[in-house]
Amino acid sequence: MFGKLTLEAIPFHEPIIMGALSGAGLLGLALIAAITKFGKWGYLWKEWLTSVDHKKIGVMYIIVALVMLLRGFADALMMRTQLAMATGGAHGIFPPEHYDQIFTAHGVIMIIFMAMPFMTGLMNIVVPLQIGARDVAFPFLNSLSFWLLVASAALVNISLGVGEFAKTGWVAYPPLSELAYSPGVGVDYYIWALQISGIGTTLTAINFLVTILKMRAPGMKLMQMPIFTWTCTWANVLIVSSFPILTGALAMLTLDRYLDFHFFTSEAGGNPMMYLNLFWAWGHPEVYILVLPAFGIFSEVISTFSGKRLFGHTSMIIASGVISVLGFMVWLHHFFTMGSGASVNAFFGIATMVISVPTGVKLFNWLFTIFRGRLRFTAPVMWTLGFMITFSIGGMTGVLMAIPGADFVLHNSLFLIAHFHNTIIGGAVFGYLAGFAFWFPKAFGFKLNERLGKAAFWFWQSGFFFAFVPLYVLGFLGMTRRLNHTDNPLWTPWLYIACIGAVLIAIGIGCQLLQLFVSLRDRKQLADVSGDPWNGHTLEWSISSPPPFYNFATLPQVHDIDAFTDMKEKGVAYDIPKQYAPIHMPKNTAAGVYIGGFTLACGFALIWHIWWLAIVGLLGIVGSMLARAYDNDKDYYVQPEEIEAIERERFEKMGIDFDRYDERDSNNRPHKAKTLEQV
Amino acid sequence: MIKRTLPHLSRWLGLGITALLAGCKGGILDPKGQIAADEKSLIITATILMLLVVVPVIVMTIAFAWKYRASNESATYTPKWAHSGKIEAVVWIIPIIIVTFLAIVTWNSTHKLDPYRELDSSVKPINVQVVSLDWKWLFIYPDLNIASVNQLAFPANTPVNFKITSDAAMNSFFIPQLGGQIYSMAGMQTKLHLIANEAGSYDGMSANYSGAGFSGMKFKALAMNSQAEFDSWVQKVRAGQPLDAANYAALLKQSENNPVQYFSSVTPGLFYGVLNKYMAGHQTAMESGLSASQLKALSNSLCAPAAAKE
Repeated sequence: MFGKLTLEAIPFHEPIIMGALSGAGLLGLALIAAITKFGKWGYLWKEWLTSVDHKKIGVMYIIVALVMLLRGFADALMMRTQLAMATGGAHGIFPPEHYDQIFTAHGVIMIIFMAMPFMTGLMNIVVPLQIGARDVAFPFLNSLSFWLLVASAALVNISLGVGEFAKTGWVAYPPLSELAYSPGVGVDYYIWALQISGIGTTLTAINFLVTILKMRAPGMKLMQMPIFTWTCTWANVLIVSSFPILTGALAMLTLDRYLDFHFFTSEAGGNPMMYLNLFWAWGHPEVYILVLPAFGIFSEVISTFSGKRLFGHTSMIIASGVISVLGFMVWLHHFFTMGSGASVNAFFGIATMVISVPTGVKLFNWLFTIFRGRLRFTAPVMWTLGFMITFSIGGMTGVLMAIPGADFVLHNSLFLIAHFHNTIIGGAVFGYLAGFAFWFPKAFGFKLNERLGKAAFWFWQSGFFFAFVPLYVLGFLGMTRRLNHTDNPLWTPWLYIACIGAVLIAIGIGCQLLQLFVSLRDRKQLADVSGDPWNGHTLEWSISSPPPFYNFATLPQVHDIDAFTDMKEKGVAYDIPKQYAPIHMPKNTAAGVYIGGFTLACGFALIWHIWWLAIVGLLGIVGSMLARAYDNDKDYYVQPEEIEAIERERFEKMGIDFDRYDERDSNNRPHKAKTLEQV
Repeated sequence: MIKRTLPHLSRWLGLGITALLAGCKGGILDPKGQIAADEKSLIITATILMLLVVVPVIVMTIAFAWKYRASNESATYTPKWAHSGKIEAVVWIIPIIIVTFLAIVTWNSTHKLDPYRELDSSVKPINVQVVSLDWKWLFIYPDLNIASVNQLAFPANTPVNFKITSDAAMNSFFIPQLGGQIYSMAGMQTKLHLIANEAGSYDGMSANYSGAGFSGMKFKALAMNSQAEFDSWVQKVRAGQPLDAANYAALLKQSENNPVQYFSSVTPGLFYGVLNKYMAGHQTAMESGLSASQLKALSNSLCAPAAAKE
């Protein structure tokens, strides 16, 4: 009836897990009670959960990312604590059985369930606004992608309380991840969580590529697109071309584990090294998927707060493209130690260091954007400057490891761990946090508290150096990764310092939570009435904060890279059209929620071999899709009166006379811009 | 707890800084063999080359941000200036030049430090066959017909030719102070060539996570002062039990922090037998000195692959 699932799957005997579970359970209950008490279930369901509005979906992505950040960071704290305690023959608090799950979960969560949704969330909120679109090309698909992410994130969290998570490291290399060495359900949780979220990610990328190619505002040429949109475009190209490789590799691992195939087993003709190749053919582009949009954010932030046009816009686009293409040609540098020949290793090493050229160009372009500007030191700028310094170091250690001769002693050491945290925290995460502070007023209509934002930055930045410089040193001292305990007295002090670093970052995260609370409390003082709190360059700043659900009452005409700056200079930024045309909008739908729910059931059933439930889940998915496909009530028109009322309210708040046109004529179309239904 | 940790902490902090100043004793910056020494100097050369770009970038970041801060109204402000052919040329060309240099260094060093390349030495190399097991290292000396677990010995200044495989999950054979590491993979053979130029006892380990007992998968690599010292170690090993199919089966059982073990003799071709366990009947004789059918029989006698035992 319940496959492999029995009551023994719940780790009642593990006080730490049970504590964490009951804590999470209490929080969940408190949340449910609060929503019920304030009667917000209907609002939540109608306005958020079933929404196909890209802005709301973006916000929900970021909420998931922040929740998973807390979970993944708790894992990080546990790891640092364990390694600081388990020295000199001591065994610390976590036996390998538990510890190995923690470091696997930490990696999977931070990459797949923190960084990816954070990036996708920012992209969701910002890209359609930057290109002057009213939504994405396929709004329902966007909702579905989000709910697939929720289903997969739920699977990872369920693994904490039911069964176990993988004990293989986040890469799940076979043969260790094969049934022979990992007979439990841990790897199955890993496979299905990654598979489901990967499908969601692929759908998102297709959605955004179509949106960017087909739905730009009139006049916006490709090379005039804002730089963040461009870097997201490259990231989406990378997703579309690399995620299917992961999907295939995981599918083959699934066949090995479920149907006794031998793609990656040691015996019977299987080849584990093929998995390594496939995994990194996805895994290396994946890090550029994470970091390219962050590069775009830094570009927007630095040009906005320097009060200057971005230096070398075209050069930046080309550099991002070169990074994307080269990102596909370097995967073997993750395993020089496999024993490929010298020429093969040298090829992949050199291809890797070539990537530092376009990356270096980007750094110089940011520098020359600051050059002769008027830089305002806001929190997003602090993150950007911190990134420029931190990331240069991370890039350097990366190139160092791209030299096979050096990699032979640095591979799998803590030097490697320091390097990729250096680039992912110092690059991607700093970027997302900069973007979070930068676009927060756009999404919510009020700014974040600056003092706490800066405090968070300083704790993160100093915590980063305290946590990871010791890891560079430990790498030089010969300490390898994924150790459960150590007994080398030379390593011990550095492990202590790294633990202090993790605590500093924890304080940084605390500052951010406090910042959210304080800013919400002071939202009246921090309100952004104009919709353009930073004197921005691009179209998202031309509309109100938060934007109306249709984004643009009339589609903007674009004549310049910095489209909104151009409008402000020409004095047409706040022009009011004589009349509004009806806007074609999609209706909300619960289909995404249902499909996500059935996917969760199906994934859980497959993990525990509960075949009847898997079939029910699968039928539910297909049934919901069919129901959605044959639903004709998908869209509606927003009438001009409603638009006018919303726009009037906005302009009156800004103190602009809405009725300055006395010759309003309801029979003539006000402008030649294409409306959504014409697109 | 905190009271106990704090004085500890300050003591270790002091010790740690001293240790770093003393040159990373025991790590890869304290090489004891030619390969490791070359790898260290490669790391230093490459780092200096890259600092040529990284240091100016960091300095410029701080200098530009400070000079062009909003409150400094005396600085030039050119809001529309966003292109300069000269600057673009420089920022593309300088990294290209440095990467070109690095690429040449990479191409040459990768061939020179190729783990598969036999070392140039007038001394006759010593052969060691390495098998990674759950969670210990087996070292077979085919020429001496002995074997040991979690202890590796060889005379200093003698090249050591390793052939490496696994009879468990993938591991990575690594002796940081002697340089290089290479994966050990079931059903596959990798090679590594190292030398110790100074006698001593060096830490060896698996660098690639392979399961619960991985943290204890360590060994000592003993570089002996003289041939005589090595010979007496060999005598000590000869006092152990023979490594036959039965004793090998015992080694296959999972164990953590396995003690050092010695084996007086080794079934001929054992290493190739282990390699061919995973070949599903498609054994090739390779360099084992056995015929295909002998090898097949040997592989079968080494019990089913670890995989099938579960």
